[in-house]
Amino acid sequence: MLSETILEMKDISKSFPGVKALDNVGFKLRKGEIHALMGENGAGKSTLIKVITGVYEKDSGFITLQGEPIHFKTPKEAQNKGIGTVYQEIMLCPNLTVAENMFIGRSHTPIVNWKQMNEKAAQLLKSLGIPASPIQELASCSLAVQQMIAIARAVDMDCKILILDEPTSSLDEDEVHKLFDLMRELKTRGVGIIFITHFLKQVYEISDRITVLRNGKFVGEYETSSFPQIELISKMLGNELEDITKIKKYEPIVSDTTIPVYEGIGLSSAAGVKPFDFSIQKGEVNGFAGLLGSGRSESVRAIFAADKVTGGGVRMKGKRVKIKTPLQAIRQGIGYLPEDRKDDGIIYDLSVRDNIILTLQVLKGFFKPFSLKQAEAFAKEYIEKLNIKTPTSNTPIKSLSGGNQQKVILARWLLTNPEYLILDEPTRGIDVGTKVEIQKLVIKLANNGMSLTFISSEIDEMLRTCSRLIVMKDREIVAELRGTELTEHDVMNVIAQGGKTI
Amino acid sequence: MSKLIKNFSHLFLPISVMTLLIIINLIKGADYFRITMVNGAFYGNIPNIFFGASELVILSIGMTLVTAASRGQDISIGESATITSAIFVLFVLQANEVTVLTIVAAFLLSCVAGLALGAFNGTLVSVFKVQPMVASLILFTGGRSIAFMIDGKLSPILANDISNKIGTVIPGVPIQTPIILTVVFIVFVAVLFRTTNLRLYVETVGINPNAARLNGINPKKIIFLTFLIMGVCTAVAGFIAVNKAGRHDSVNLLKLIMMDAILAVAIGGNSLSGGKFSITGSIIGAYTIEMLNRTLLRLEIDPAMIKVFKAIFIIILMVVASPVVRLFLRKSLDRVRAWRSTASQSVGNSKTPNTNITDMKEE
Repeated sequence: MLSETILEMKDISKSFPGVKALDNVGFKLRKGEIHALMGENGAGKSTLIKVITGVYEKDSGFITLQGEPIHFKTPKEAQNKGIGTVYQEIMLCPNLTVAENMFIGRSHTPIVNWKQMNEKAAQLLKSLGIPASPIQELASCSLAVQQMIAIARAVDMDCKILILDEPTSSLDEDEVHKLFDLMRELKTRGVGIIFITHFLKQVYEISDRITVLRNGKFVGEYETSSFPQIELISKMLGNELEDITKIKKYEPIVSDTTIPVYEGIGLSSAAGVKPFDFSIQKGEVNGFAGLLGSGRSESVRAIFAADKVTGGGVRMKGKRVKIKTPLQAIRQGIGYLPEDRKDDGIIYDLSVRDNIILTLQVLKGFFKPFSLKQAEAFAKEYIEKLNIKTPTSNTPIKSLSGGNQQKVILARWLLTNPEYLILDEPTRGIDVGTKVEIQKLVIKLANNGMSLTFISSEIDEMLRTCSRLIVMKDREIVAELRGTELTEHDVMNVIAQGGKTI
Repeated sequence: MSKLIKNFSHLFLPISVMTLLIIINLIKGADYFRITMVNGAFYGNIPNIFFGASELVILSIGMTLVTAASRGQDISIGESATITSAIFVLFVLQANEVTVLTIVAAFLLSCVAGLALGAFNGTLVSVFKVQPMVASLILFTGGRSIAFMIDGKLSPILANDISNKIGTVIPGVPIQTPIILTVVFIVFVAVLFRTTNLRLYVETVGINPNAARLNGINPKKIIFLTFLIMGVCTAVAGFIAVNKAGRHDSVNLLKLIMMDAILAVAIGGNSLSGGKFSITGSIIGAYTIEMLNRTLLRLEIDPAMIKVFKAIFIIILMVVASPVVRLFLRKSLDRVRAWRSTASQSVGNSKTPNTNITDMKEE
């Protein structure tokens, strides 16, 4: 094990108007190690990264790169010193070829030597074990391969430090492993990797050491192998740890004679989900399980009429109703928190206040705007209730962290007081603290009589909250699991075998 | 104070441009603000700007809404105004005796025509998803010919007393009528924004149409609505323009005004790719453009060269307002702040009673 320190940061502080984002934080990166940087949203991870890469200038503190003090003013300078960064969203051009993407903007001559470029790209791809051809169009590669190409681009230039900011959030299990193989390869070459993720499992799989930040302060640096997961969570959350174990799910009393709150028969949509029946009782929490692409999101989107409904009938509390557009669904008391927060959820330039009141305002009508005072009161109420961290209710939602944005969307739906609320991946890409808060909220809402559908890629979250799990495969419901004694292993089995064991 | 600055930061550009123009004008001659009374009405540089910018202001309001919702611009507004005013003139001229009622009826008829033209563009954009500029290119190309045919291949003269009063002044009222009409229109728009959710809906659709739909707003309807409003704006602007001119010249009426209207939207601090918008900014932007035009005239620049100077001015303006320059300014401001806070910290250490600037900011 090499123990040479390549990057050392000491007493780094950085303030923004109103917040101290980093408060005397220290960080050490060794050569050839994978170092996980952990913390909730707002803990200061991104700020720290941006200080390293020269996006922000630090207020005070020292950074040394291989013993030599550095002070980057622009990201370009950091790049030239061998610090490569790959962000969560892939920042490449999908319509160019793989090789073009790897070398775009790198050429020093106005004339491109295509042959040489493609050869060089092929070599690099091969040496890193990336399954792509240089002349392939980038869009034809899978997300994971695209992510790997982004990494290849970053490491190509004599890279000493590679920063991976949530590289796995849009990848599936298989793809994650391919990415990890690449990271291990780079590690043996002596590259120091800073790895940021919200998936604790992945941290334990790949990282050598962990640095934990909380509220802009340095909490500690630990060897991953001798640092139990439960302790990691408690370091990240501070004192909120007990809460996660306290979550108790709610079991509604259901008999054959009770009329479901929502009942859909033979629902199908233009998104290609096969006709299915689905109903939910008052105060029930159910979940849709299945792999990505199994049709879980498409099913709930069909319930909300988010995609064009092509067939089926709906009963709300036994009464036949027509739900062909989202507005009709909202009027019937259905709420839907979409899977893709950025594309379907937030109105990013609008204030937190406008984002919160939006749907209730739509329900109230075009000609009946809320007074500013009333809107402010609603916003204040929910900012407090859901503990949304925002400077003011007038702050644009885009400047909030992912978890807080999600809470704003939740507030938007809770304000309409729905009878049936669909939450599609509400915990994706947000910090552990908020995940726990959202799960607790789901249980609380169900206790108050709301029916909920809670979908999550992390099955343990659903097991903690749902009393019924609907398993999907190939856009079809293959099984329905009930009971409190379900384990993650059972569910996995059913998903894998397509419900044949039942 | 800092809160006030934040709320009006989007108006920084138009207001600073206006200030600059006023300074240039004052250097040219200190009598810039002088207002004279002629036949009981106010005249002078400032009233002239308000008078001259009437149509542009009204069209900029519509353009702001269309831009915000559809993320594109309507380039057929001058042509649309020419058609609506042709219908107005046609109706007025066929009347035996022109009364106020005739004018009102003719105006309402031209508004209906404006709505129809707006609906045409709006349908292309919202239903058929044609890009706004391409959709309005159709009317832009054919509009003036249609107006020419309505006119009966002439340029008819509006020789009645009421039209004359609408185009200039009503005796006993000290302010020129187009200025009053513009103010009435602005008030009308303000009331519209007060009593409806137009702003919230348009901004939501412009920023994220997907999310708008999932929250019960129909983006198609809202985009269509903004084009309808644009149609009414063109009718009102055409009404003012034709009464000002006293005759309907279908070739030159409000020619190329969409360029100035788009520019007014941009100077007003609005993004031309939709989303959040400021009507106030666009209105100030429109007046700024008129002020610029008249400043160039006042500087006695050769009329042939005026467009060149206007272009140079706009280039400078756009560069100054560009994100690149803004970022640079913000960074330098940060640096100054950091320097000042370290300076005041060292002062604080030596225990002199001096307030820390950053602390004040945080409050």
